[in-house]
Amino acid sequence: MLLADIHLDLGHLHLEIGLRVDDGEVVALLGPNGAGKTTALRAVAGLHPIDDGRIELDGAVLDDPAADTFVPTSKRPIGVVFQDYLLFPRLSALDNVAFGLRARGRTRAQARAEAQRWLVRLGLDELAGARPRTLSGGQAQRVALARALATEPRLLLLDEPLAALDAGTRLRVRTELRRHLATFHGARLLVTHDPVDALVLADRLVILEEGRMTQTGTPAEVTARPGSRYVAQLVGVNLLHGRATGERTVRLDSGAELTVADPLPGPEVAVAIRPQAIALHAHQPDGSPRNTWTATVDDLEADRDRVRVTLGHRVPVTAEITPAALAELDLAAGAPVWASVKAVDLTVYER
Amino acid sequence: MTAGTAPRRRAGQGRTPWLIAPLAAVAVAYVALPFAALLQRAPWTDLDDLVGQPVVTDALRLSITTALAATAVSLVIGVPLAWVLARGHLPGRSATRALITLPMVLPPVVGGAALLFAFGRRGLLGGPVYESTGLLLPYSVWGVVAANTFVAMPFLVLTVESGLRAADQRYEDAAATLGASRWTILRRVTLPHAGPSIVAGAVLCWARALGEFGATVTFAGNLQGRTQTMPLAVFLALESDRDAAIALSLVLMAVSLAVLLPLRDRWLTG
Repeated sequence: MLLADIHLDLGHLHLEIGLRVDDGEVVALLGPNGAGKTTALRAVAGLHPIDDGRIELDGAVLDDPAADTFVPTSKRPIGVVFQDYLLFPRLSALDNVAFGLRARGRTRAQARAEAQRWLVRLGLDELAGARPRTLSGGQAQRVALARALATEPRLLLLDEPLAALDAGTRLRVRTELRRHLATFHGARLLVTHDPVDALVLADRLVILEEGRMTQTGTPAEVTARPGSRYVAQLVGVNLLHGRATGERTVRLDSGAELTVADPLPGPEVAVAIRPQAIALHAHQPDGSPRNTWTATVDDLEADRDRVRVTLGHRVPVTAEITPAALAELDLAAGAPVWASVKAVDLTVYER
Repeated sequence: MTAGTAPRRRAGQGRTPWLIAPLAAVAVAYVALPFAALLQRAPWTDLDDLVGQPVVTDALRLSITTALAATAVSLVIGVPLAWVLARGHLPGRSATRALITLPMVLPPVVGGAALLFAFGRRGLLGGPVYESTGLLLPYSVWGVVAANTFVAMPFLVLTVESGLRAADQRYEDAAATLGASRWTILRRVTLPHAGPSIVAGAVLCWARALGEFGATVTFAGNLQGRTQTMPLAVFLALESDRDAAIALSLVLMAVSLAVLLPLRDRWLTG
């Protein structure tokens, strides 16, 4: 189990993170570029000593400036899969995997035999003699994973493990990685800026923005109740902030009011609306939807078989409709339109 | 017609800008012409006899061995210095780099004189050493090696330093996470990555040492078989026996080309 309380002043960024990763758990540190994710990972690996706080793995203190404790990288039972994998270019795949075993005192023959078993385990035995530059992105990633796991670490760190891959191979490699990660029993901490990687690979997400943790929870929790605009945008959900003005009425910061299905959980609330839940109409709709308002079209954006319509004025949300609906509505930027959403489609939670 | 223009334009983009080629040709001619003149004046018929003279063979053997020794010394102390300059966090790195570059800029005669004041019989360090042990560096083979090292080591240091700077240090991080000690990282990651720059630096260092004249003649003198290297022998022969001087020069050229040609493409270019 990893317990990391990291305080680091990077000048342009002040990193403050309190992390816990249990054995068998995959935690993803998700955030935009420059949020401090990789630095946090390097701090855990011992490549960047922390200014303040404490890093502890399975009860052993790795870094504690107050107690003047610092275990150097080479002595930490931590495996790292780096961004771009950083396989040693002059060594074969086999010798890359054997490197850590050699460094930890195995003889050349022992190290190679053990490395060979790791290659077999990851389906790479035919590539044992290959040089890194001849490997595909997915193969290189598996060699990097084998290299990191061969020393039998207690914690596995992965820094943007899929960023180096092209879109075509990414899906397959991501699935493979998920399978291989499941065979490792220690704690796993993954850094990524890609929400899909995080959602597919992780049991729990930790959102990092500008050096601070803004939300943590399972993928389902985070997608259903995004805690910040960044997360909302990442998972493609509209996020509105407002105050309770009645038992089931929310007044948004813009002044518009929305009616929700259940009693409000508190005075300050966030409302999440999926873009697909918002319907657009050419005329004022009649019937069931209680939340109806007039809006202006700020932007139109085609995305495969859907069209994303950004609405301005009073309720700033994005709706997702079919191209057929778009044609029927005859929408253009700046055009007025009626929007509606059912009360049951609003997810409301305390801010 | 349109089909014909496209490939022509593509070929045109790869062509050398018009002024570049003639200027480059001038540069080649400027270097090649003196060598051609040397070859043209060469006493081809007597060459065998001239090259077989003891003064030539002694000087050649001495030049090659002392240049190799100077390169070896430079590798042993110069590579660590390059590492410190590239990676160390010591204060005064710029000053150190300037100091180490000084022998490249100063006339070698000045270097030779400075070496005398440091290691000569009455020198700063040489004096006490001579008085206690009787060992004397100047006017000995070791004096030649010392003079060569002084002048040639900066070429190695600067080349290796830039090689170390260009190396991606994240590989060293990766090695550390795999449990490698600092020494293992240096031996198995850092030095192999800097390998091409070390070879290039050693070749430059050796070539510079082979041609060294001023510091050698000042510090080690000009004693045939002891301290008379090829450049010194050439200079002396020019006064007395021009044919011998040309023969010596040709041998020096042949040796240098034999070393530089095979290495050039592999190590000295990107």
